Amino acid sequence: MATIKVQTEDFDVSREIAALTAGRSDIGGIGCFVGVVRERAGADQAPEPVAAMTLEHYPGMTERAIARIAEQAEQRFDILGCTVIHRVGTLRTGDNIVLVLAVSAHRQPALDATAFLIDWLKTKAPFWKREEFADGSGAWVDAREADDAAAERWSRDG
Amino acid sequence: MNAPTTPVTILYFAWIRERVGRSEESLVLPAAIATVADLIDHLAERGGGYASAFVTRRTIRCAVNQEFADQSAAIAPGDEIAFFPPVTGG
Repeated sequence: MATIKVQTEDFDVSREIAALTAGRSDIGGIGCFVGVVRERAGADQAPEPVAAMTLEHYPGMTERAIARIAEQAEQRFDILGCTVIHRVGTLRTGDNIVLVLAVSAHRQPALDATAFLIDWLKTKAPFWKREEFADGSGAWVDAREADDAAAERWSRDG
Repeated sequence: MNAPTTPVTILYFAWIRERVGRSEESLVLPAAIATVADLIDHLAERGGGYASAFVTRRTIRCAVNQEFADQSAAIAPGDEIAFFPPVTGG
């Protein structure tokens, strides 16, 4: 029952929350994470501000991988639904990259599932970021050990 | 089971795609190639962009039929094999 979208266009957080909660009276809490393009991305070592970021992905596998992560969230936490929207293509500073929503009767499962979903998305879904600088140069973003550690804290069987 | 003459599809992403110079190709596996690691050896032997793409094997991640796999994973005719760097989405 997860809603999963991989798209170039932006998303509207309010509209996605309304879609996830429509017609339900059993939801007591909504967890929400929005990732946005930062001026200094990567590992903060970039010598100059990022002008744009391009996100590449593996069509077909991406949707499968996110569906599997969402299934894990639904098994591990007492949630009533979740939404994952990940943008691809070229984005500018301040643009939305990713939306994670999770809903539950009480706050804790929604908050935990939201954190779990973004932590696993960062390390278990086939997306790659390339930063482009004002002078026209660019660089692929390196994976961060901190992200691996964040994903690892949820490891039980995966 | 596909015939040995059925090709595999190989996909490349991010800087591996840039170094190889293409995003996709088909290849009939030589009989000696049984695993992803064997395929990496075979591709690296082509030299040029391939050698450059596969020079640091530790940093290469792969998927077989759209599932993350180790380089020790078995491959067979008809498979879709993808090579990419560690993921950086989210």
